[in-house]
Amino acid sequence: MPFTDTVRERLGADAREIMARYPEPRSALLPMLHLMQSEEGFVSGDGIALCAELLGLSTAEVSAVATFYSQFKRHPNGDYTIGVCTNTLCAIMGGDAIFAALQKHLGVGDGETTPDGRITLERIECNAGCDYAPVVMANWEFFDNQTPSSATELVDELRLGKDVAPTRGAGKVCTFKEVSRVLAGFADGRADEGVGAGAASVRGTELARERGWKAPGPTTTGEGEG
Amino acid sequence: MATALTPVLSEFWDRPESWTLRTYESHGGYRALRAALDRRPEEIVDLVKASGIRGRGGAGFPAGLKWSFLPAPDGGPRYLVVNADESEPGTCKDVPLLMATPQTLIEGMVIASYAIRAERAFVYLRGEVVHVYRRLLRALEEARESGYVGKNILGSGFDLEIVMHAGAGAYICGEETALLDSLEGRRGQPRLKPPFPAVAGLYARPTVVNNVESIASVPSIVSNGPEWFAGMGTERSTGFGLFSLSGHVKRPGQYEAPLGITLRELLDMAGGMRDGNELKFWTPGGSSTPLFTAEHLDVPLDFESVAAAGSMLGTRALQIFDHTTCVVRAVLRWMEFYRHESCGKCTPCREGTYWMTQVLRSLEAGEGVPEDLDKLLDVCDNILGRSFCPLGDGATSCVTSSIQHFRDEYLRHLTHGGCPFDPMESTLFAGASA
Repeated sequence: MPFTDTVRERLGADAREIMARYPEPRSALLPMLHLMQSEEGFVSGDGIALCAELLGLSTAEVSAVATFYSQFKRHPNGDYTIGVCTNTLCAIMGGDAIFAALQKHLGVGDGETTPDGRITLERIECNAGCDYAPVVMANWEFFDNQTPSSATELVDELRLGKDVAPTRGAGKVCTFKEVSRVLAGFADGRADEGVGAGAASVRGTELARERGWKAPGPTTTGEGEG
Repeated sequence: MATALTPVLSEFWDRPESWTLRTYESHGGYRALRAALDRRPEEIVDLVKASGIRGRGGAGFPAGLKWSFLPAPDGGPRYLVVNADESEPGTCKDVPLLMATPQTLIEGMVIASYAIRAERAFVYLRGEVVHVYRRLLRALEEARESGYVGKNILGSGFDLEIVMHAGAGAYICGEETALLDSLEGRRGQPRLKPPFPAVAGLYARPTVVNNVESIASVPSIVSNGPEWFAGMGTERSTGFGLFSLSGHVKRPGQYEAPLGITLRELLDMAGGMRDGNELKFWTPGGSSTPLFTAEHLDVPLDFESVAAAGSMLGTRALQIFDHTTCVVRAVLRWMEFYRHESCGKCTPCREGTYWMTQVLRSLEAGEGVPEDLDKLLDVCDNILGRSFCPLGDGATSCVTSSIQHFRDEYLRHLTHGGCPFDPMESTLFAGASA
C-alpha cells in the first residue's frame, strides 16, 4: 500500500536525519532500509522507491542492496522473528532439535510466518553467542542455552502477547518494527536494561579473581609509573 | 609453568552496570586518553607499533604497522573504521565486550583516531545484536556529554565524530573491503587490493580498519606502555587476548590470557570436557581455520605455533567437540554456511561452496562414493588461492583438515549407509527429557 503523505513526510524527515550522520548520503541506505521495515514490517516496493527517491538512486540500485542482506525481508514479517542458530556448533549442541520442534509446533518452515502473523521462523547463522549454545534469537535478542521445550515456551508466550525477557538484552523482546527502528539508529531508551554480561562471558574474569590472577602492573613509560 | 589468566579487557565485566561511563571511569577509564592527548600523534603510532600488537580480527596483521601505512595528511578526510561484524562461526568475543564495556572501545577509537589524524570514525556492528547496538548508541551519547567525543576533546583542539552503524546480516562484511562497500550503502562485496584501505578506503580516502578487540586494547597499551604489553605472550605474538571456549566443555566462556596458552591449560580452567568425554576435534580460531585434534592439545596458541602445526590462530574461537559428534555433519553445516554467505562475486567460491555442499550432503546421508573425497579435495584445490577474498579459502579448511584426520569416518558413512552417530547424544540436553 503506498505511503500516505503524512507517513512519507515522517519517513523523509527520519531519513534526512540518518543521512546527516554520514559524509556521503548513500551510506544511509542500510539504516534507511531498517527504517522502512520499522514502518511496514518488511521492505516493500514502496519502501524501495522512497529510499531511491530520497537518495537519488534508481530502484534497481536500492533493490540490489535490499536483496543482499539477510535481515531485510521482502515479504511481510511476523511481529517476532525467531531465529534458531543451526550453524555447526549450535546445531550439534541442540539447534537442529530446537528448529525441528518449533517447525512442528508452529506448523511453518524456514522463513515462513504463522497465520496469525505473530511468528516468523528462521534458521540463522552464527550469532556470536557460541559459549551459550544452543542459541535462539528473538528479534535479535539473545536467548541462551535453549532446549526444544524452552524455545517452544518462548514462542507460545510471544504468541499470547506476553512480555518475555531475553537472557542477555532489553527488559523485554520488542516487536520487529520497534527493533528495526533501533537498528536505523534511533535509540529506544532501553540501553540500561538487562545484564552487562552473562554467566559464560565472565567465567574467566571470575576464575582469575578467585585464584588471584591479574595482568602484570605497568612496567614502563606509561602514565603513573613509579 | 602453568599460564595464568590476565584479565585486562574483561577485568570488570561482572561489575554492576559495567557498561556505564561512571563504572568505566571508576576503573581508570579515559586516563589513557588524557595521556595520549599530551603526546604527538606519531608517538602514539610508535608506541602501538612497539607493543607488537597484531590485529585481533583473525588475520593478525601488526596494528601499528597498519596505522603507519596511511599516507601523509593532505588536508582531506581520513577515517577509522572499527570492524564489529563479528560473524566467523565460533567467534564470540567482541559481542560480550561491547555489551559489557562499550566505553573501552570508544576510548580506544578516540586515541587511535588522534594517532592517525582522523576526524571521523565509524563502528560497523553486525545488525543481528540489537542490544549491543543500544549499548553502543548510549555509550557514545555518554562519551559525547563528557567531552570525550566531539569538538576540542578535553581542550586538546582535537575533534572527532563517531558514527555507530548497524549492518543488516552478511558474514562477508567482516572482510574489510566488503565492509567499506557496505558502509557506503552498497552490496557488501570485496574490492580488489591494491589499493589497500590505507590508501583508498572509505569514500576512496585513507582509512584504517581494525577489529574491536584490537582497538579496545589500545588504552591499556597507552596507559601501561608497550613493554608491559609485549611482556605478555610470546616474542612475535605479544600481549593478551580473549580465548572463547564453546561446545562440549564443562564451563564454556571467555578466558582472557596471554597468547601462547594451550588448549590443555584452557580446558583445565574450563573444567575439562563435559562428562569426562573424549576430545575429538576443535577449531583454534573459528570455522575457517583447519581442525585440530587431541594431538594438538599442547600447541601454544600464538600465531606462529598454530601456523607451524598446520592451522591458524584466527580469532581464538575454540569450538570444541567430543566423540559424540559426527565430523561429516559438522563440516557439512559449515559448508552450508559458506555457501549461504558467499557473496557470489567470484566463481571458485560461489560455485565451489555450492558443489561441496551437494557432495557433503550425499556423503553424510551415506549415498556417496569413496571417490567423492578426492572430488572434495579437488574442488578445494580450485578454491584455495583462487578465490577473490579469504572467504573461499576459509571454506576449504574444514574439508581438507577433516579428510586428513578423519578419512575413515567419511568412509564409515558409506559402509554404514548413513550417519553412524546419534545426533541427540551430542546435544546440551542429551539424557534429559527436553
